[in-house]
Amino acid sequence: MMKIINMVVNGKPAELAVEEGESLTDTLRNRLGLTSVKKGCEVGECGACTVLIDGVAKNSCIYLSVWADGHSILTVEGLRTEDCELHPIQKAFVEEAAIQCGFCTPGLVLTGVELVNSGKKFNREELREQISGHLCRCTGYENILNALERVVGKNS
Amino acid sequence: MGVQKSVSRLDAVQKVTGTAKYVEDLILLDALHVKVVHSTIANGTVKGIDCSEALKMPGVVTVLTCFDVPEHLYATAGHPLSLDPNHADIKDKTILSARVRYYGDDIAAVVADTPLRAQLAAETIKVEYEELAPMLTPEVALGGDALHEACPDNELARMDFEISPEGNVSFERKRFSSDAVIAGRDDLKGEQYHVPPVNACHIENNCCFAYMEGRRMVVYSCNQVPHTLRRNVAEAIGMPLGDVRVIKPFMGGGFGNKQDTMYEPLVAFLSRKLGGRCVALVLTREETFVNTRTRHGMDLTTVTVADERGKITKKALRINSNGGAYAAHGHAVAAYAITNCFQTYIASELQLGESSTAYTNLPPAAAMRGYGIPQLAFAMESQMDDVALAHGWDPIEFRKWNMHRDGFCDPFDKFIVRSYGLESCIDKGRELSHWDDKRREYDEFNRSSKDIKKGIGMALFSYKTGVYPIQIENAACRIVMNEDGTAQIQVGATELGQGSDTVLCQIVSEFTTIPENRLTLVSAQDTDIAPYDNGAYASRQTYISGNAAKKTAMILRSKLLEKASLMTGVPADELTLKNEHATVESTGRELCSIADICSYFNFVNDLKTDTEHITAEATFTAKDICFSYGVSYIDLEVDVPLGKVKLKKVYSVHDSGTILNPQLAAGQLHGGIVMGLGYALGEQMLFDQKTGKPLNNNLLDYKLPTAMDVPEIETHFVETYEPSGPFGSKGLAEPPLIPQAPAIRNAILHATGVPIYKLPMNPQNLVHEFIRANLIKS
Repeated sequence: MMKIINMVVNGKPAELAVEEGESLTDTLRNRLGLTSVKKGCEVGECGACTVLIDGVAKNSCIYLSVWADGHSILTVEGLRTEDCELHPIQKAFVEEAAIQCGFCTPGLVLTGVELVNSGKKFNREELREQISGHLCRCTGYENILNALERVVGKNS
Repeated sequence: MGVQKSVSRLDAVQKVTGTAKYVEDLILLDALHVKVVHSTIANGTVKGIDCSEALKMPGVVTVLTCFDVPEHLYATAGHPLSLDPNHADIKDKTILSARVRYYGDDIAAVVADTPLRAQLAAETIKVEYEELAPMLTPEVALGGDALHEACPDNELARMDFEISPEGNVSFERKRFSSDAVIAGRDDLKGEQYHVPPVNACHIENNCCFAYMEGRRMVVYSCNQVPHTLRRNVAEAIGMPLGDVRVIKPFMGGGFGNKQDTMYEPLVAFLSRKLGGRCVALVLTREETFVNTRTRHGMDLTTVTVADERGKITKKALRINSNGGAYAAHGHAVAAYAITNCFQTYIASELQLGESSTAYTNLPPAAAMRGYGIPQLAFAMESQMDDVALAHGWDPIEFRKWNMHRDGFCDPFDKFIVRSYGLESCIDKGRELSHWDDKRREYDEFNRSSKDIKKGIGMALFSYKTGVYPIQIENAACRIVMNEDGTAQIQVGATELGQGSDTVLCQIVSEFTTIPENRLTLVSAQDTDIAPYDNGAYASRQTYISGNAAKKTAMILRSKLLEKASLMTGVPADELTLKNEHATVESTGRELCSIADICSYFNFVNDLKTDTEHITAEATFTAKDICFSYGVSYIDLEVDVPLGKVKLKKVYSVHDSGTILNPQLAAGQLHGGIVMGLGYALGEQMLFDQKTGKPLNNNLLDYKLPTAMDVPEIETHFVETYEPSGPFGSKGLAEPPLIPQAPAIRNAILHATGVPIYKLPMNPQNLVHEFIRANLIKS
C-alpha cells in the first residue's frame, strides 16, 4: 500500500509515494538518489544510515518513511554552505584524516553537525559517548575524536 | 609535495560530502535482485527443492537451484595465478551446492524485481535434506565423512618441518594430533592455546552486480583484487578473460575479507541466463558474517625451553587450523603462522613445527588483516612471558636475548634482513610507557589491592611485507600526460580505505615535481583500463605497487627531459625537472614547463616532427622481501570479581621503514590497534555446538569496539631504510593488529598472576579463569 508523504529534504520540498513498510534509508537512497545514506546493518546498530530529522540524528534504517511526513531531513548532500564551502565538521574530518574507507563518514559528520548545532562543548570522554552509536572499523575513532574536538571540544 | 609529507587523502572531500560512490550506489535502476537461499543444516545433502510457490510470487523472474548450476569446480582465493600446479589454489566451489557443508551454505537463488520480493519468495522455498552430524572442529572432522570428494580424510593440507641449527629446513609429513605432547616427545610437552573465528566487519557489506554489454560480462564488486576476480569469474562461468570486465569503485573496508571471489560468479551466471540483464546481490550484515570469510579459529600447542642464561634451546609449535567448509586460501594462512614463529625467535638446538588445516562444517576461513600471525602471536608472545616469569627474567630482556637480529637469514624464504628497527621499537616503547616504573609500582599496588589489580604488558612481532617468493609479487602503473602538464595515473592497486591512492600519487609527484592537485589517480579499478596488479593484500600496495609507481615516474621523467632536449637543444643529461619545468641542472635556468613539452609534442605541426602523446608504463617485479616490526605496551586495570579489563593506555611503536605519509600512517596504526583490542577482549563468532547454527552474526551480539571501548592511544614510528622498498618503506596496514591480544594477556598476567590461554578475554572467560586460580571464591 503506497502512501503520499511530504518532507523537506536538504531544504527542498519533496512529495513522494512510499510503501508503508519502507525505511527512510530506502526512500532517500532509491527515490531521491541520496546515496550518502549508507546501509551497514539495517537494524540500527552501525549508524552508517544516520540522518538529521528536524536536527536530531537518527538511524534512518529503522525509521519508517511515513513517520517522516511533515518533517525536515538533512543528509550530507545538503550540508554545503551557501557559498558551497564545506561545513566546519567536514573540514575538520579532512584536515585530521578522520576518514579512511569513508563508509561511516556521512553518518558521523551528521552527528558532528548535531553537536555543533547544540551550541555545547564536549570533553573527549563525552565525545566518545556521543559517537558510540557509530561503528567504524578503519580509524579506531582516534582521528574522528580529534576532528570533533577541533570544532566542539572544550578547548575549541 | 611528494613523499614523507602528510598529504590529505585524495578522496577526502568526496567521502565527506557523500559523493563517493560504492557498489550498492551504482546498481542500475532496472536491475533484478537476488536473494540466496541458505541451508538450515550444517552438514548433509539437498535431496529436493520445491520452488513452486516462489515461482508464483509477484515480481519473481526465476529461481536457480543447486541442481541447475555447472558442475565444474573453481577456486575463490584472491591469489595471483601460480604457474606451478603444486601451488595452485584449490578448486572446490560450485556456484550453488547440493552438498551442504556449513549452516548457511548456498543452495538456491531467487531473482525478482525488488530485493523485498526476492526475499519473500525465498522464504517460501521448501528444502528436503539428508542430514549428517555437524563436524565443527578439526578433531571431529578428521575421520568423519568427506566434505569434498578430493579430500577423503578432511585434512586439507599439512606442513611439518624441523629446522637445523644451521637454518636448513627439512620437511616430513606427520599425522594429525591434538595432544599436549608434540611429536610424541616427552621433552616437548606444550601449553595449549585456543583462538576463535572472528569476522572482518568492514562496515560496507559485500555486494556485487553484473550485466552484459554484447558478448561481454561487466561485473561490479567491492573486491580487493579486481584482476584476480576477473580470472576467477571467467573460470567459474566459462568465458574468455577478455570478455569479463571487473570494476571496483570506492570500497567500504575489506581487511582481507574482500580478497576472495564470493557471489560474483552467481550474479554473472544469472545475468547471462537472463539475457544479460543487470542482476544484483547485496548481502545483509547477517550474511556478511556467515557467507563471506572468517579469520581462522586455531588450536596452538607450543613449548619453549631456555637454558640458564635465558637462551632458547628448544622450540616446538603445532597449529591445528579450522579451515571451514571451503578451502579458500588452503593451508597458506596456517603456513604463514607456523613459519613466523621460527622467524621471530631462534632456538639453538631444536626447532620443530607441525601444522594442519582441516575442512569442517564452519563458514570458510581465509585472509583477514595479519594472515594467521595474530593467532600465532597470541600463543608465542604469551609463552615468552610465561617462560620469563617462571625463570624470574624481565620479559623484555628475555625477548632481546632470543629475537632475530639485523642480517638474519630467513630459513624458509632465504632472504636477509637489511632494515631492522625491532630493538629500537622495544626501547622506545619501554621509555614511553614508563615500563620499569610501572612494573614496580603495580607490583607494590597489587600486594595490597584485592579486587582491582593493575598491570602493564607488552608483545612484539615481525611480519613480512608481500609474499615473495611464495607467489609472484608484481604490479604495474601507467601515467598519461595531458597537454597542460597535468596527468592521469592508472594503477591496478586498490584503495579500500588504507590510503594507497594518495601515497602512489605522492610517489609520482616526488619524481615529476607535478603537485598532487595536478595529478589524478584513477581510483576506480576497471580491468579494461587499469594495468595489472595482484591487488591489496599482505600490506603490499605501497611496497610493491609503490615501486611500480616509482619505476613508471622515473621513465616518464626521462621521457620529458628527452623531449625538452629536442625542443631546446640542451643535452638531456644536463637537464632536471624542477617546479614542473625542465631546468638546466648546473645553473638552475628554467627552459620550458612540462605543460609546454606536452602541448608541443601533442600539437606540433611543422611538417617534420612526429607528434607524441606522452605516456609511461612499467611493471615492477619484486625480487626481495622484508620484515616490518613493532611492539605494543598496554597499561590496564582488572576488576577481578567482574572479570572486567579496563584499558588505560596503548603505546604502539612501529618500524615500517620510511614513512611516506605520517598522518595516514598513524591512522593505519589506530585502526589496527583497535581491531586488535576487539580480538583480544570481545570478538568471537559463536556457533551452536549441536547444529552448527551461527548464534551472533549481527552487530548487536558480536562485540565490535565502539568509541567508548577504546583507550588513549600513543603511536610512534622508528624509521629505518629498507633498500627494497620505495624510498625505504615497508608494510604497515596489517601489523598494528598483531601484538595487541598478547600484550593485553601479558598485562593481565602481570596484574593478576593468572595466565590466560584462550581468546577472547571477555568477562565470562576471565571470571572462569580467576575462579580456577582462586582469585574469586566460588
